[in-house]
Amino acid sequence: MRPVSYSRAFDVGTAVGAVSADPESTFLAGGTTQIDLLRIYVEQPRRLIDINDLPLNRVEELPDGGLRLGGLARMSDVAEAPELVRRYPMVAESLLLGASPQLRNMATIAGNLLQRVRCGYFRDTEAACNKRVPGSGCSALDGINRGHAVLGTSDNCIATHPSDLAVALVALDAVVQTEGPGGARSIPIDDFFLLPGQTPEREHPLAHGELVTGIDLPPAPVAATSRYIKIRDRESYEFALASVAVAIAVDGGRITEVRLALGGVATKPWRARAAERELDGAPATTESFTRAAAAELAPAVSHGMNAFKIELARRTIVRALEQMTQREVAA
Amino acid sequence: MSPAIGGTLNRVDGRAKVRGDARYSAEVPLTGLVHAVLVNATVASGRITSIDTAEAERADGVLAVFTHRNLDPVASVPKLLPSLAGLAAPGQTFFPMQDDAVHYSGQPIAIVVADTVERADHAGTLIRVEYATTPAITLLDQARDEAYVPERIFGGLLPGHGSRGDVAKALAEAEVCVDATYRFAPNHHNPIEPSASTAVWEDVDRLTIYDSTQGPNATQFTVAALLGLPPISIRVVSHAVGGSFGSKAMIWHHPALAALAARQVGRPVRLALTREQMFTSCGHREEQEQRITIGAGADGRITALRHHKLSLTSRFDDWAEPSLQSPAVAYSSPHYEGTYHLIRGNTITPTFMRAPGEATGMFALECAMDELAERIGIDPLELRLRNYSETDPESGHPWSSTGLKECYQRASELFGWRDRESRPRREGQWLIGSGMASALYPVTQPVNPQRARARLYNDGTAVVEAGVSEFGTGVFTAMTQVAADALGLPVERVRFVGGSSDLPNVTAAVGSAGTSAVGSAVHIAATQLRDELIGRAVADAHSPLHGADPGAVAVQDGRMVLRDRPDVGETYADMMARTLTPDAEVLGTWTPPPQDAGYGVHTFGAQMAEVAVDADLGVVRVRRMVGVFAPGRVLNRKTAHSQLMGGMLWGLGQALMEATRMDPRSGRWANASLGDYLVAVNADAPDVVVDTIEVHDEVVNPLGMKGVGEIGVVGAAAAIANAVHHATGRRQYELPITLEKLL
Ligand SMILES: Cc1cc2nc3c(=O)[nH]c(=O)nc-3n(C[C@H](O)[C@H](O)[C@H](O)COP(=O)(O)OP(=O)(O)OC[C@H]3O[C@@H](n4cnc5c(N)ncnc54)[C@H](O)[C@@H]3O)c2cc1C
Ligand code: SF4
Repeated sequence: MRPVSYSRAFDVGTAVGAVSADPESTFLAGGTTQIDLLRIYVEQPRRLIDINDLPLNRVEELPDGGLRLGGLARMSDVAEAPELVRRYPMVAESLLLGASPQLRNMATIAGNLLQRVRCGYFRDTEAACNKRVPGSGCSALDGINRGHAVLGTSDNCIATHPSDLAVALVALDAVVQTEGPGGARSIPIDDFFLLPGQTPEREHPLAHGELVTGIDLPPAPVAATSRYIKIRDRESYEFALASVAVAIAVDGGRITEVRLALGGVATKPWRARAAERELDGAPATTESFTRAAAAELAPAVSHGMNAFKIELARRTIVRALEQMTQREVAA
Repeated sequence: MSPAIGGTLNRVDGRAKVRGDARYSAEVPLTGLVHAVLVNATVASGRITSIDTAEAERADGVLAVFTHRNLDPVASVPKLLPSLAGLAAPGQTFFPMQDDAVHYSGQPIAIVVADTVERADHAGTLIRVEYATTPAITLLDQARDEAYVPERIFGGLLPGHGSRGDVAKALAEAEVCVDATYRFAPNHHNPIEPSASTAVWEDVDRLTIYDSTQGPNATQFTVAALLGLPPISIRVVSHAVGGSFGSKAMIWHHPALAALAARQVGRPVRLALTREQMFTSCGHREEQEQRITIGAGADGRITALRHHKLSLTSRFDDWAEPSLQSPAVAYSSPHYEGTYHLIRGNTITPTFMRAPGEATGMFALECAMDELAERIGIDPLELRLRNYSETDPESGHPWSSTGLKECYQRASELFGWRDRESRPRREGQWLIGSGMASALYPVTQPVNPQRARARLYNDGTAVVEAGVSEFGTGVFTAMTQVAADALGLPVERVRFVGGSSDLPNVTAAVGSAGTSAVGSAVHIAATQLRDELIGRAVADAHSPLHGADPGAVAVQDGRMVLRDRPDVGETYADMMARTLTPDAEVLGTWTPPPQDAGYGVHTFGAQMAEVAVDADLGVVRVRRMVGVFAPGRVLNRKTAHSQLMGGMLWGLGQALMEATRMDPRSGRWANASLGDYLVAVNADAPDVVVDTIEVHDEVVNPLGMKGVGEIGVVGAAAAIANAVHHATGRRQYELPITLEKLL
């Protein structure tokens, strides 16, 4: 990797000040994405500001009955936080189904949301990639794209957003808390992830040096009956081919409330609003689920090797909804 | 004292390994050590038109940058010969950095030497290279019309074509015919330790290389030829090797490049390949396609078998893994024809990968057999039994030993094969199916004599040595057991030393023949040493054994005694003390029988698997695997069990996930990392039952060992694919079976 200088920050102000003052510097959290990218020259900062000593690693109660996940809380700690497991099981599941135990012990919540795409061309500095080098082209459009997205794509980029956690968070309308050079702000999670459009290099609305301090989960009683299901090529240590976060309430056979989001198939963690509209008030039957899944995937576009993902996503949605509503279908 | 052979001695190197004390080739501490990093071609075909190293040379910590313009040329590149021969064994006959030509992506084009590996790596990115590119071939589909039939393959060891009888006529007359084509993704070995060489010149003509290799002597001979030095100038040491699976079976470029760089910078040089470089620096299992045509009678008896393989090789070598070898003799078929077809492409020469040939060839055959059973409407196991061959169908010779029928029988009991319903079961969303396959792997004999040295000290401890390397198979442990039994000593009093070319020469440990090659030599050396000491005792007037018939003396726990009067005797130590003998030593030599010694020599086994396939989502979960094998004498039940089970799980990975994806536009692998190239993980591992059938084999070697390293792989993927068919009714003609194939 390129020679790089390293220092530690002990309070948020210093960390934000150090990075925002120097365009060639960046935050270092667990390093599980960052160090890999430094080693393969995809990211080449001159300076790393280690933020692991910042006091942002707790899971706390919010006055409104929600929970705050500290930006530097480790994936493994959050996944075991009793209140999270009780009130938002799909968040805990999304964490436990991600990466490996070793990675989860290092990786932070903020780092997870900010991890970079797994597209092989993004990671190969010899290949054309608009995300890495804007305007250079997208090698994945007619390349090896089995893992790529079918929703939210553009002609400039079709890389899948890799995070599992983020899928559960968009279903819950979480709010990202930041502290930047211009002060603190709250960003609704759906606005936190940008579609590639014409500018795939821009993945978040963060200013340079803006630090993610925490993620707020609003109170959501429906989330107590929720789950995250993940379909992948091997049983552990692998990203999703398709995943679904679902929280649902059914009364008298009708769906009274539903939150649905998709992972593994879209360029951002995908809130399935079209499906939610179909499901709202509908009978909790496979027929409704199938219709909802079809509605969500209607705008999907595939690029060759990833064509199967459209059908896989539909079926995974139906499976998730069936499992939540018809408990006899085995997991 | 119960015999050590057949027991479950813990690994003698286990403690050092779990404590982190074991020294791998990239960890040997040396004063003045500097680091070399390879820079690789980023195009697959063409010429380097300019290479500017000025900036790299100026970078912090850099000692030297080598390209084809300033690296000392190699003296000669030896012929490609599998390392089992015990001679020089280059992985390919092309050696890089001799001129400006680029033949494959990943070919080394420069070496940067710096004080730290990070600085060397960074300086490598500062080299500016321009190429004049030419069209490249990296996929079979790009050049099917350029296929040819090679005269010989596999380093010249096997013919490109073979036949018996009249296959065309027999196929035309067959009552039932199965004709199927199977496609295989390329695979990479991915041992946990990337290859590394550390080269130290002690003098102008004295070089030591610490190398991660399956054969220290193979490295020695290969580097000697490349550098134009006599073998006496080169010592190769391999203390511990972190797995290989064939990636370290042949000698690739890095040891010689490290030696050349070290000579030119005048410092010890360490060259460790990166994980990504492991995908382009030590071969792989080639992309291939196999067509099997089986002709049979209505009763399922095979009359004809045709097996063609098409695969991609390099521009330099006619390499194909020998996929036709075992299928040709698996069943009695009077008419047979097998042909290799090759396409030359822009790739490094492919190489051995665990169960080379059988992993793919037996997959094709055993899937076709399953299809035949279905066509005829008989149980797949019954079909195998009907076609069981009492003799080697190719030569007509008897098998040296088999056990195949017993393997079927035992596997069937352990698995509950008889309860298999002809239609699959359903459990909720899961479709449950089961499948089976036969396993065959040839017993390959080293071509040359194998040697080991045994030395007994006057306190009754022994050290036994041979130049074999320990790459995780447990060979040092098994050799301790063999020596202990032959000498009549407890294992704690025997130390086995290997891992150096200075030690008695044995072949590289490849082809499941490593343990039997060195084991035979160790057995002979230790037996001869024991006999020599017994001989001295019976000739010594002061010995209680004086005048006894040497044949009537046995050794127990270090004590030579009369077999029928164990109270009469003395210890080795007592005799040596009395006779003022410091030690006794013997060099034992085992001369392997010729490959064609009037017997068919194969290892046999049977594999069964149960899978659950998600009816909607296509996810395949292997629930149970049963493997029963007849590997001849088992030296250590624990390590043998691990080898066999590891092989079966390797087969699971081959079946369901392992694939290297080539991007034909760039000619580069698209998933050259352990995050992107999927191997099976613990969570994928099902309940695995491994058992062995004892067969006694007096032909193969003195201890009757047939090897456990690869047979566990063979047939595992086919059993899984057949189970997937049983569950879903869908035949699988392409590996790996990823879920989209079942949606
Ligand atoms: C082999 C492998 C498999 C994986 N599998 C999965 C998976 O299945 N599912 C999944 O969800 N993830 C998976 N991951 C990704 C893993 O979860 C992320 O790498 C991890 O969450 C990143 O967290 P980190 O703390 O290590 O971030 P880092 O690597 O330290 O940082 C990542 C990025 O975020 C920035 N950053 C970090 N913290 C902050 C902050 N507080 N404010 C602003 N910017 C910040 C950094 O500057 C950097 O750009 C996998 C990773 C690997 C290597
Ligand atoms: S899909 Fe996106 S990340 Fe991948 S090559 Fe195209 S632009 Fe780059």
